[in-house]
Amino acid sequence: MNHDSYPDSYIRGILNTVKTVAMVGFSPNTARPSYFVFKYLNERGFKVIPINPGHAGKEFLGQTCYASLSEVPEPIDMVDIFRAPQFVVPVVEEALKLTPKPRVIWMQLTIRNDEAAAMAEAEGLKVVMNRCPKIEYGRLSSEISWMGINSRTLSNRRAQNLGGGFQRMGLGDGRKPGE
Amino acid sequence: MADAERTPGFDTLAIHAGAKPDPTTGARATPIYQTASYVFDDVDHAASLFGLQAFGNIYTRIGNPTCAVLEERVAALEGGTAALAVASGHAAQVIVMQTLLMPGDEFIASKKLYGGSINQFNHAFKSFGWNVVWADPDDISAFERAITPKTKAIFVESIANPGGTVTDLEPIGAIARKAGIPFIVDNTLASPYLCKPIDFGADIVVHSLTKFLGGHGNSIGGIIVDAGTFNWSRDKKYPMLCEPRPEYAGIVLHETFGNFAFAIACRVLGLRDLGPALSPFNAFLISTGIETLPLRMQRHCDNALAVAEFLSKHPSVAWVSYGSLPGDKYNALAKKYVPKGCGAVMTIGLKGGYEAGVKLVSNVKLFSHLANIGDTKSLIIHPASTTHRQLSDQQKTAAGAGPDVVRLSIGIEDVADIIADLDQGLK
Ligand SMILES: Cc1ncc(COP(=O)(O)O)c(C=O)c1O
Repeated sequence: MNHDSYPDSYIRGILNTVKTVAMVGFSPNTARPSYFVFKYLNERGFKVIPINPGHAGKEFLGQTCYASLSEVPEPIDMVDIFRAPQFVVPVVEEALKLTPKPRVIWMQLTIRNDEAAAMAEAEGLKVVMNRCPKIEYGRLSSEISWMGINSRTLSNRRAQNLGGGFQRMGLGDGRKPGE
Repeated sequence: MADAERTPGFDTLAIHAGAKPDPTTGARATPIYQTASYVFDDVDHAASLFGLQAFGNIYTRIGNPTCAVLEERVAALEGGTAALAVASGHAAQVIVMQTLLMPGDEFIASKKLYGGSINQFNHAFKSFGWNVVWADPDDISAFERAITPKTKAIFVESIANPGGTVTDLEPIGAIARKAGIPFIVDNTLASPYLCKPIDFGADIVVHSLTKFLGGHGNSIGGIIVDAGTFNWSRDKKYPMLCEPRPEYAGIVLHETFGNFAFAIACRVLGLRDLGPALSPFNAFLISTGIETLPLRMQRHCDNALAVAEFLSKHPSVAWVSYGSLPGDKYNALAKKYVPKGCGAVMTIGLKGGYEAGVKLVSNVKLFSHLANIGDTKSLIIHPASTTHRQLSDQQKTAAGAGPDVVRLSIGIEDVADIIADLDQGLK
């Protein structure tokens, strides 16, 4: 995988298939970016599990916080890492010891660690670095376009409403499978 | 586009960027969302929107889906990360500066600017405590010399109004980068079809949409484009972007919104609090206008060059200032920055002075005598007897509006008719 730029189909494929996301480096401070992403993805139908040893056992938006990935009592599809690059390798090492293994390692905007990425890819995981899943979801669902942001997508199909409200869009591209 | 991996060309973006079919009705043209406000899905949704945790619409002063189409389109055409449309080009400048400057701060501006901007900077902005320092774009080192610890930005026009003169963007951008301040380019006269200032170091691009982007002289509007290139947190000089905002429970906009934080700051602080929102109807007209920008702009340039060549040989004309004209003082810069043409606007000097200027604007039959540029129609103005009337002759000349000067904005009519009208008007 070339980690300088990702095809939209790669990102869409990931966000369309993962359900349970463990967020390492979650902050309970509601003004922090990790909290924004946590709340947004939860509101878009993902189950986001906060990981933060300082807050283990507490609940945030109905989700129990755990001290580490290995303590999460259910399978994790994707690990979203909000830690500085030098702390990423141990997180990925821990993720690779889980059974079942997560399918995706995601490192947040500004975070990139090629060594960790190579470890995960060697085990067959998909990796995304230096991207924000909230921004990518907003871009590919067209929600972000409401804020005048350049989604870098064009389409002759309408954006798909997710249901449960007017301003929640889904990730379908308006095409039937195989179309 | 099914094949999202292909990078669309400029003409495709001019038509499609921002404008997917309407999600609710499938309408293919962009609907005019003529509404002041939007219902919340529920209390949580409202809280998320007000807290900037969700993308969406609250109230048309802050955002509107029709305006958003225009914003995404211009952002895409300029190669920026995001944009914010506002009520006028002047409003765009107010919001940019209010986001960057605190009272007592300075910014450096090119001396060659639209007269209205010179007024805005000299008077209105000074009353806010934002102090302009003027620099001559023909002497790049003047920008470097003008930098002080209080300088927060550099502002220039890519092609300057009225002159037909071209600004050497790249070295000025390098001076801004070295000083750690953003480089703002007003790209109104060029439009992104002729020049993309972000490619030459601009961090922020502004437009009067009233001109070539709208293109038909029917709507006032302005826009701010965020290039996504500036590091707002590095020197902690821009508190609107790098400090916790009390307006939003302590969030830091740059940390939260990354490379489109400037556009968000302009929206959720500047536009929200100062208020000059664009009407959705104007946004509709302007984004429809942009669909033909590449066609119109090329025709404007082709016609303008033919007119400039004709006038430069005309016995009643002393000089023509138009960058694309071979031998023009700005020809080398025009070749670099606007190779497809130097736009529609030029100034000419008449041998007969003030009287000849008055006579020409009275004699023309196709050109409209008015204070605007960037219409499909050819436009003419004699600044000395209109916009610059109150100045002394000396001040007029310094402003590039001497008694002999006439400004033309060449339209997209048949060029033979445009030339014939000027020829008969000069007799
Ligand atoms: C280069 C330039 N910038 C800004 C403006 C101001 O724009 P508006 O009239 O839309 O406020 C103009 C208007 O003539 C202009 O020519």
